[in-house]
Amino acid sequence: MGEIRLMKGNEVLAEAAIRCGADGYFGYPITPQSEVMETLMARMPWNETGMVVLQAESEVASINMVYGGAATGKKVMTSSSSPGISLMAEGISYIAGAELPCLVVNVQRGGPGLGTIQPSQADYLQAVKGGGHGDYKLIVLAPSSVQEMNDFVDLGFELAFKYRNPAMILTDGAIGQMMEKVELADFKPRWTKEEIKEKWGSWATTGKPDSRNQNVITSLEMDSDKMESNNQRLQDKYRKMEEEECRYEAIMCDDAEYIFVAYGTSSRVCQKSVEIAREKGLKVGLLRPITLFPFPSKIIGKLACKAKGFLSVEMSAGQMIEDIKLSVYDAGCIARVEHFGRMGGIIPSPGEVVNALEQKFL
Amino acid sequence: MDIKDIIKPENLVYDKSKVQIDTIMHYCPGCSHGVVHKILSELIEEMDIQEKTIGIAPVGCAVFAYNYIDIDWQEAAHGRAPAVATGVVRLNPDKFVFAYQGDGDLASIGAAEILHACNRGENLLVVFINNATYGMTGGQMAPTTLNGMVTSTTPGGRNIDLNGYPMKITELIAQLPGTSYVTRQAVHTAGAVRKCKRSLKKGIQNVLDKKGTSFVEVVSTCSSGWKMTPVDANNWMAENMIPYYPLGDMKDSVKGGPVSEN
Ligand SMILES: Cc1ncc(C[n+]2csc(CCOP(=O)(O)OP(=O)(O)O)c2C)c(N)n1
Repeated sequence: MGEIRLMKGNEVLAEAAIRCGADGYFGYPITPQSEVMETLMARMPWNETGMVVLQAESEVASINMVYGGAATGKKVMTSSSSPGISLMAEGISYIAGAELPCLVVNVQRGGPGLGTIQPSQADYLQAVKGGGHGDYKLIVLAPSSVQEMNDFVDLGFELAFKYRNPAMILTDGAIGQMMEKVELADFKPRWTKEEIKEKWGSWATTGKPDSRNQNVITSLEMDSDKMESNNQRLQDKYRKMEEEECRYEAIMCDDAEYIFVAYGTSSRVCQKSVEIAREKGLKVGLLRPITLFPFPSKIIGKLACKAKGFLSVEMSAGQMIEDIKLSVYDAGCIARVEHFGRMGGIIPSPGEVVNALEQKFL
Repeated sequence: MDIKDIIKPENLVYDKSKVQIDTIMHYCPGCSHGVVHKILSELIEEMDIQEKTIGIAPVGCAVFAYNYIDIDWQEAAHGRAPAVATGVVRLNPDKFVFAYQGDGDLASIGAAEILHACNRGENLLVVFINNATYGMTGGQMAPTTLNGMVTSTTPGGRNIDLNGYPMKITELIAQLPGTSYVTRQAVHTAGAVRKCKRSLKKGIQNVLDKKGTSFVEVVSTCSSGWKMTPVDANNWMAENMIPYYPLGDMKDSVKGGPVSEN
């Protein structure tokens, strides 16, 4: 059993990064996630594991520092909140195009614009459909507890390196700020130079010895045929992720007539809503996507053949609902899909969600 | 005499660096990029640092630098090479890292990144090709475009009221304590090439000696962008660019050290 502590979600991100053997963190302050860098700076991991922590001049700079570090085969990450992630969009697109592994955390706040510092889930489409320019996808993990904030740092890096693709933890200000019991992971040593050469020597820019050709990290290709095949390679990778990396949790879905679909903070609300609904005699379940890309379409398709309806519960005007509708459509079923959400930093109450279900379906 | 009698090892007076890849360059005739690539290749070979060198290429005409210099390269987004280089060097302090940038890349879209990397004193070399225009996109105005200079976006000549002043960013950078060596060179004559090579060598040595940021501007020609022959471009540069961007060292000291007097 690992060390048990009471910690904030944001602090856990920092601790988990150190413990999983991350090499570098580059960031820029923004509420509600500033504790990530603050915790790292206070922990001084450079003394303990050699991990580098640097406050960049902007999110534009931090994501490009991540690009540089990742291109040398190192485990690097950044974190920000919504406006900062928008600034990183170009860099994330380059990282996806150059096929570099890295971890980006978005502790979402309400938008658009400067919006609010309160929690929100309004960056769903930005996260799962790419966010920057070009045909690319991120691996998107959605923690619903402080424990998962811990677990998904290591998992994010593992998937990022497995696919040479940026991974994102899409969370929000509520999970970033709340304190919960967490079992921390054991320390893993950082990769040595030799290990990096052995694992990633075929692409990492570590300096060209006589024994190999130059390694070049780029997303550029002027030959259209080659560029199309580069794109095809990316698409094949995304299809493989869809086959192999889909994660979700199904709660009381077996006999459910109505199913909430919710991730992160809103899934915690919906867990209580399921209890309330069941007490009222309603057959209600909860499907919690853990990976938002790849999206758990298959299980939703399967459930759609038995259930009467889905309620997408999001802290947004309704973004994930599009993926739920597509999943139902792809399965050739006719279950109705509705949305209920609050915006502006408001977390819906469990009772509100049950009322919405009753109003929309019963 | 048969040519074979001349081509003998003992007659060899000049050879292309092994670090320079033997291929057709996309650079236009007379372009300074090619000369600077040649010098860098020679230095990487002479200083025996190929195995520890990581180059960061810009968006601009030098975007394909990796096709010409046989080292590990990363291609950065437009203007972000200093941030990318920071990520590399912070995590790999034993490497020689350099960012190679044009004036649009460095002084316009990437102004924040270059100022902050130099201000932090990142241990890297910046090679700054100032050709007073955006070569790659077809000769538009750059921050360094001279007053009155005609470009495709200043068809009536650069107008100070509209476009502001030609930016002397290297002078600004010399003021930042993080830099140890800041100089402005050119490659339009054989003598200038030799001097520029000495400067780049010093810059590389400084990085190997962990002295913070070294910054070498090369006042350059863009014959295509300027719509001139290579010879005219060289002459025009000497007559118009160098008076506004005078050559010489602006700082040759240590991190935190003083800026040169002249
Ligand atoms: C974000 C972004 N904006 C604009 C461009 C288009 N672009 C490509 S190169 C370039 C200018 C390059 O000029 P400079 O840095 O002076 O280098 P040169 O080509 O003259 O060597 C521009 C604007 C781009 N690639 N990315």
